[in-house]
Amino acid sequence: MTPQNTAPSAAPGEVLLQMSGIVKEFPGVRALGGVDLDVRAGEVHCLLGQNGAGKSTLIKVLAAAYQPDEGTITWNGQEVSFGSPLQAINAGVATIYQELDLVPDLSVAENVFLGHEMSRGGFSQRARANKVTRELLTRLGHPEISPSRAVGDLSPANQQIVSMARALSHDTKLLILDEPSAVLDQEGVKNLFRVIRGLTAEGVAIVYISHRLEEIREIGDRITVLKDGSTVATGLAVADTPTSRLIELMTGRAIEYVFPPRPEFDPARNDVVLEVRDLALEGVFSGVDMTVHAGEIVGLTGLVGAGRSEILETLYGARRASNGTVTVDGKPLRRGSVTNAVKAGVGLCPEERKSQGLLLDQAVYTNITISSMNRFARLGFLDRGEERARAEQLTTSLDVRPTGVVRAVGTLSGGNQQKVVLARWLLRECRVLLLDEPTRGVDVGARTEIYQLIRTLADSGVAVVVVSSEVEEVLGLSDRVLVVREGRVVHESAATEIDESQVLDLVMEGSAA
Amino acid sequence: MSESSTPTPEPGGSLAAGLDVDDARTAADKEATRKAEQEALEVERAKAGEASALTRLLGTGMGRNLGLVIALVILCVVGAATAGERFVSTGNVQTILSLAATIGVVSIGMTFVITGGGIDLSVGAILALSSVWCTTLATQDLARDGHWVAMVAVALLVGAACGLVNGLLIAYGGIVPFIMTLAMLASARGLAEIISNRKTQIVDVPGFREFFNREILGLSFSVWLFVLVAIAGWVLLNRTTFGRRTLAVGGNPEAARLAGINVKRHTVMLYVLVGVCCGIAALMLVARTTTGSSTHGTLYELDAIAAVVIGGTLLAGGRGTIVGTVIGVLIFTTLTNVFTLNNRSISEQSLLKGAIIVAAVLLQQRLASRNSTTT
Repeated sequence: MTPQNTAPSAAPGEVLLQMSGIVKEFPGVRALGGVDLDVRAGEVHCLLGQNGAGKSTLIKVLAAAYQPDEGTITWNGQEVSFGSPLQAINAGVATIYQELDLVPDLSVAENVFLGHEMSRGGFSQRARANKVTRELLTRLGHPEISPSRAVGDLSPANQQIVSMARALSHDTKLLILDEPSAVLDQEGVKNLFRVIRGLTAEGVAIVYISHRLEEIREIGDRITVLKDGSTVATGLAVADTPTSRLIELMTGRAIEYVFPPRPEFDPARNDVVLEVRDLALEGVFSGVDMTVHAGEIVGLTGLVGAGRSEILETLYGARRASNGTVTVDGKPLRRGSVTNAVKAGVGLCPEERKSQGLLLDQAVYTNITISSMNRFARLGFLDRGEERARAEQLTTSLDVRPTGVVRAVGTLSGGNQQKVVLARWLLRECRVLLLDEPTRGVDVGARTEIYQLIRTLADSGVAVVVVSSEVEEVLGLSDRVLVVREGRVVHESAATEIDESQVLDLVMEGSAA
Repeated sequence: MSESSTPTPEPGGSLAAGLDVDDARTAADKEATRKAEQEALEVERAKAGEASALTRLLGTGMGRNLGLVIALVILCVVGAATAGERFVSTGNVQTILSLAATIGVVSIGMTFVITGGGIDLSVGAILALSSVWCTTLATQDLARDGHWVAMVAVALLVGAACGLVNGLLIAYGGIVPFIMTLAMLASARGLAEIISNRKTQIVDVPGFREFFNREILGLSFSVWLFVLVAIAGWVLLNRTTFGRRTLAVGGNPEAARLAGINVKRHTVMLYVLVGVCCGIAALMLVARTTTGSSTHGTLYELDAIAAVVIGGTLLAGGRGTIVGTVIGVLIFTTLTNVFTLNNRSISEQSLLKGAIIVAAVLLQQRLASRNSTTT
């Protein structure tokens, strides 16, 4: 059992953490039914599994946010039981959750030492805290972040670095990263990997959770796969395990066609539905032209911050354009009016599903009918039976699970929430559908369904615009691709005429300067 | 929970056939996803299951109202036990109800604003301004020469206008509701003092007093008006597009906006609505006291907000209950009555009211975190 990874460290390859037979039951349900995990010092151990497989519960047990009902945890050769998250932190287990827990108005150094401030006699030692913070940031490869800057001013990628610095400000031996790349663009992910490599070289063990298999391939040493609350495979060497095998383990099947087949598309035969001319938003993007035909899927890609989401939001009216026109079926839209855009038949599935897309506490059916309410109303009075019946039809045909349209939409998984947002616009029968990161936080299986659904919508005559950070997704799904860089469209072609590396070339060009 | 297993006909027109995405996935895989999702859900349920049956019951709308009714009944029992005849007499019950009616109408309006994610501190001041404006000599002359309905029109218009100013400045001016309505609280009462010259204005329009004070089935018209407003409010909140939009705007304004709801316009309408409610309440108060005065409605904002909150409406917006508000108003009014009958001081009442508000909010937060679906 000697690992191939021979990073120079104090005790490379020594088993740091051993969890065996971990069981966690909530009244009436077994969230974890006997999970085994062993993590060695200096390795990147990837945790794979679909939504609901038990990854979150497992890392919460590890961070001592939950107490396991059965099973043993051996830490550094000793059997332990952390009574509280603080004990786990003091032992050297640090967790960086998906939602970063930083205080935006405090400085970088203040955030790093939040909860264990450097002080003498009740007075904070700002200079010393700043100095130590600078050292930590340098260790993480980011000496350019100033310790005295407010965290809220930093980019999401740099905020994540601050979070890591905080973890390292304790004597961390094991760092748990939950979907760290979700907030990052290509460049940010590269950075993150550089940092991770630096840490493992120092002997820190990493538990890495991600939906993106290609990342795991790049950074991971070994993989543990969870399914339905138990370990289906552990200690798989990343190098020797093909992707198809991993997907098989996660889902119990091998995927062949992730993307639905593209029908032959002839723009001449279809009407232009959406026409964007010289659209601009002061200081963000300018001169954007776009023509989308009925039945066509146009993909927009580029780095985070290149202006992709802003273009969608502006043509939807959620931001007021400073220049340009948007017409739907030949009729111009009023600038800065979402109501007007929706009336004209435009729908948006926003990037942040939870904060921008859904009313989480409210029922599935009201979330679906919210944009077509007038159809169910007579003199302002709603026919709720009719609403539910229509929502029921849609959720059944989209296979939203669990069923039942009166449950709060917040109880559904990411993929199913996305289907609810799509159902809203299906019901609305819109002419133009704008999708911003439609598969973010959606597991592999549900992705396929969502891709299929988008294609089906297009086939029915809807003009679709998709924004995604995942180049592969844009290329696989769209008919035509627009590449955005620094607020300008730098490339437009059929999706089949360009490949992933060419897109990356276009996207990165000039951004390194 | 509906479990209609009818095969789905056309969703959204011509899309039906292709929407069947089954072919892209094998049955086994579906089964796996289904299991995983069910598990996630069950964990969720299990967490909720940790709460006792009682708190679970209190977590549902029906249960919460039941809890409030029990509180009200206990209060009545205490009243009957300590004040006996004086509490249970018809006259006293009528007094409680007519006091509750005025604050109740304001609270119904307040329920909408709070459910819609706002707050209105200016209700008492708007009420005072309406009462003064509809009882000026000019208005009363108009009412005597023409019809007393002129007074009603003036009161409602003044209320609506104040609400409109609040709403426009909040929605389009971007002023925080708390500050805007605080400013209105000061200004409206100031204007009421200027108009009335700080004098109490006596009403001597014959038709008006008779109309509002006449009794129907043993209760004054004002009480029936409250019943009417409450029913209308319930229907408006629970059965109409307006109510649905209110919940959406209060629950998540950004999501509501991106779904195509005109959030700003809706916000304005909410403040106009509460303004009109203040106008109605002003008329009821004018009729009961036969005066219009710039001191009417002092601290009504606190009573109204308190009643709404203990009724179970979420102060953060997105969930509102008219029934809860009505019971909340009755609880506070009865409490005051019981204290008065027992010759306890106003100060003691205030102390207890404060404690009740804190207890109610604590309870609400506990229930909210238990039932939280937004983990």
